[in-house]
Amino acid sequence: MNKIIMLTTALAIFSTPAFAETPVFEIAIKDHKFNPATLEIPAGQKVKLIVKNQDSTPEEFESHDFNREKVIAGNSEGVIFVGPLDAGEYKFFGEFNEKTAQGKLIAK
Amino acid sequence: MIPSFIIAFREFLEIAIIITIILAATRGVAGRNFWVIAGIAGGLVGSAVAAVFANNISAAMEGVGQEIFNAAILAVAVLMIVWTVVWMQSHGRALAQKMKQVGKAVSEGETPLYSIAVVVSVAMWREGAEIVLFMTGIISSSEESIFAILVGGMAGAALAVTIGTLLYFGLIRLSSRHLFAVTGWLLILLACGMSAQIASYLNAADILPTLGNTWDSSWLLTQDNIIGKILHVMLGYNERPSVMQIIFYVATMVVTVALIKITRKVKI
Repeated sequence: MNKIIMLTTALAIFSTPAFAETPVFEIAIKDHKFNPATLEIPAGQKVKLIVKNQDSTPEEFESHDFNREKVIAGNSEGVIFVGPLDAGEYKFFGEFNEKTAQGKLIAK
Repeated sequence: MIPSFIIAFREFLEIAIIITIILAATRGVAGRNFWVIAGIAGGLVGSAVAAVFANNISAAMEGVGQEIFNAAILAVAVLMIVWTVVWMQSHGRALAQKMKQVGKAVSEGETPLYSIAVVVSVAMWREGAEIVLFMTGIISSSEESIFAILVGGMAGAALAVTIGTLLYFGLIRLSSRHLFAVTGWLLILLACGMSAQIASYLNAADILPTLGNTWDSSWLLTQDNIIGKILHVMLGYNERPSVMQIIFYVATMVVTVALIKITRKVKI
C-alpha cells in the first residue's frame, strides 16, 4: 500500500504542471436537478468540477461522454477533474434520479 | 418501483456478467463453486461496509478518495483476473482435454482459485455499495412504499441474473476446446476493460493526464442502452475513450498474452 501511495504521489507531482492554474467550476444538485444544468468550460484545458449535492439523498454524477462517475453523498460535495475536452457538447446525468437530473458541459 | 428496478438491474447486471464469465471460464475445475460463493459472501459484506464508509472514503485525499479507492479495487481485480487466466491457459491443453484430472490436481493442492473469490468480491464492492446507497436514499426520501421499492429492486436483480444465466448457458454450449479459448479471451477483455476504467478514475482524480481524446462512436453504439452497457462491462467498450484509457487497455492485453505465452513454454 505504501508503495502505491508513493507511486501515486510521484505521478501526481510528475503530471501536474506547476504553471497551469486549473479552472474551477461548481455545479449544485438540488431537488434532483443540476444548477447550472448547462455549464460552459474552456476547450482543450483540464477543469476541476466541484459538485455540491444539496439534497439529503445521494446522487451519482455520471457521464458517458467524458467518462466520469462519482457518487456524491447527501449534503456533501465531490471533486471531479474533467478533460481536456475538445470543443463540443458533453452530456452528464444523475444516475439515481435520471428523469430530472440532466445536464451538459459545453466546451468552447 | 421503476427507479429502483432500473438501478438494481444496471448494477446487478455488471456483477452478473463478471460472475458468469468466471463461472464459464472455470467450468469443470473442482472447488470453483466454493470460491465463487465465498466471493459473493465477501462481496455482500464489503458492499455494506463500503456504503457505510462512503462519506469518509469520498472526503479522503482532497475529495478524490473515491476515485483512488475504486482504482485500487479495480487494480486488485485486474491482477487476480490476469493471474487466473494465465494459470488456466498455461494448463490449457490438459484443461481442455481432461477437465476432471486437472480438477483433481487442483483440489489436491496449489490451487490459485482463491483469485476468483477475490475478483467476485471486489467487483461486488463497487456496484453493491452503489445499490446500498441508492436504496437507502430512495427509501428515506421517496413517496413510494418500501415494499414497492424493494419489489422493483428485486425484479431488477432477477432480470440481471436471468441475463447472466442465459449468457452462461450460451457459452457452455460451445465445445470444450472453443469454450476454453472463448472464455480465456473474455477474461482477458474483462481485465482490459477494468484497466481502462482505472485510467479513467486516475484521470478524474488528476493523478494521470488523459493525453487527449480519441474517437466518438456514440452515434454507432451508446453506453446509455443495454447493449452498450453489456459490451462496456464485458469488453470494456467506451464510446469516447481517452488516450490514457487505450494505453491501459492495450498494455493489459499485451502483458497478459505475453505471460500466457511465457508460462506455456515453461510448462512444456
